[in-house]
Amino acid sequence: MLSEQERHEIEAQSHHYPNNRALCIEALKIVQAHRGWVSDEGIADVAEALQMAAAELEGVATFYNMIFRKPVGRHVILLCDSVSCWIMGYDGLREHLHARLGIGLGETTADGCFTLLPNVCLGACDHAPAMMIDSAHYQDLDPAGIDEILAKYQMNEIREEKKEKREPPDGNTADP
Amino acid sequence: METPLTRNITLGKMPPDFAQYEKAGGYAALRKALRMAPGEVMAAVKEANLRGRGGAGFPTAQKWSFVPMGDDAPHPKYLICNADEMEPGTFKDRLLLEGDPHQLLEGMIVSAYAVQADVSYIFLRWAYKLAAQRLEQAIAEAYRQGYLGRNIAGSGYSLELHLHVSAGRYMCGEETALLNALEGKRANPRAKPPYPQVSGLWGKPTVVNNVETLCCVPHILNHGAAWFKNLSRSGDGGTKLYGVSGRVKKPGLWELPMGTTIREILEEHAGGMRDGYQLRGLLPGGASTDFMVADHLDVAMDFDSMQAAGSRLGTGTMIILDDKTCPVGMLHNLEHFFAQESCGWCTPCWSGLSWVEQILKGLEDGKGQVSDLERLQSHARLLGPGHTFCALAPGAAEPLQSGLKYFGDDFDRHIHEKRCPWK
Repeated sequence: MLSEQERHEIEAQSHHYPNNRALCIEALKIVQAHRGWVSDEGIADVAEALQMAAAELEGVATFYNMIFRKPVGRHVILLCDSVSCWIMGYDGLREHLHARLGIGLGETTADGCFTLLPNVCLGACDHAPAMMIDSAHYQDLDPAGIDEILAKYQMNEIREEKKEKREPPDGNTADP
Repeated sequence: METPLTRNITLGKMPPDFAQYEKAGGYAALRKALRMAPGEVMAAVKEANLRGRGGAGFPTAQKWSFVPMGDDAPHPKYLICNADEMEPGTFKDRLLLEGDPHQLLEGMIVSAYAVQADVSYIFLRWAYKLAAQRLEQAIAEAYRQGYLGRNIAGSGYSLELHLHVSAGRYMCGEETALLNALEGKRANPRAKPPYPQVSGLWGKPTVVNNVETLCCVPHILNHGAAWFKNLSRSGDGGTKLYGVSGRVKKPGLWELPMGTTIREILEEHAGGMRDGYQLRGLLPGGASTDFMVADHLDVAMDFDSMQAAGSRLGTGTMIILDDKTCPVGMLHNLEHFFAQESCGWCTPCWSGLSWVEQILKGLEDGKGQVSDLERLQSHARLLGPGHTFCALAPGAAEPLQSGLKYFGDDFDRHIHEKRCPWK
């Protein structure tokens, strides 16, 4: 079942489109924003809400690069592998990330912190090589710069972990 | 030199908000257009010889002219801004989207008025997060100020405008595939005819224009066709956003007269090659344009001159191949992209591009054979125009066939040395 929040957000987008069908990509993005990825259950939930066949929605979900049909880590690294970034050092960055994180393209670190994905041109060709982590853009990259960026995310994770340990759970469960 | 498209844009600064944009002369073109007949707006754009900046260079007013007009025309009609910008090596529309969102909105509203559209969408690629945020804000401002919604500026003309952020796929940049994506379907291209102007989004008359194209429209209305044509050094009107990426001293983006030469862009604006690197070739307008070489440096970057020189202006953002980068490796990178982004709809494209990618990978890995060259040649021909459902595979064939022509020695070395000489 869609959560109240998901339902509300999908509803808020509905005035942009004349029918439910056209809303399905927005709905998939909303479910992914809340759940991290779109599981079979997520497909079934959206299909039911928009009165679409689940198989048809599956066809849409698997077509688009940014709908994740497999679980991803807490942060998704999108490394640009298009031509300008390739010329400016993509291979070296990819190898550095492999070595640094111990994962290949399409894989997630054992601690669930990072998923590494290749991505087509990010439109930062004059500042190649480039990548995104979640919604943030990073450009003019080199291995040392990447280490700094990754460290920032890892530091934040440690900080949040400590915070969680300090704060007792308030008993209210979030959306299932 | 006048730079109308970027006059309000300073890198690193916030874009003008509604009040600042209007103070700088913004929305005057819209108010002017609303006092003209739609046909007069179309005529002004035709007279200016504005050609589409998305890559194909189709005359904009001619594209609009196929939309049914008058009382019997089907409604709602749609005008869509193609802001998908996923062509590798292309980063020009991003500047306009982030730097002056009201300019785009004004261009869209004037253009929508010209074809009497009722609803507009901006189809934006997902990676442009900052652009999405700034567009949302500008759209809300335009609604508040009465330039969007019902009865715009008291003219009786009404337009709804929505932002659609794509879930990402190169195919969405093809206009009929974009329509399917907006309808919530897989972004497969549609058969033409019928053309979108007659039967487009939800079967209704639809025009799809690129960001840069739409941004030119208010300036044409403000200053007239003669002024717009005079901005250019060629028969195509206006300025052009030209970009350079690769191993040059100052990669970047510049608004210059349409028809500026490759040499001037590369040497004067991009500062020439970095020390220790020589120019070997370039893709003049994104991944799907034919390679050019040093012999072509004095070709003017306009639609007709580029075509006469055996390539295409495309998006006008060039990618430089230097002498320390493997041309076969570069082609492998390009064809990997096209093979991956093929939508799978027609066999020559999904099957042919995978073959091409595999052969190029074999060459890079030192497993190439002389017969591979013939196979690549035949694929370049068979993936060309007329053999596939849309322009994706013909676009992929352009760097392939020109790469084989200009870098034949490099292919031979890969085969005979059984390795990539650059690794």
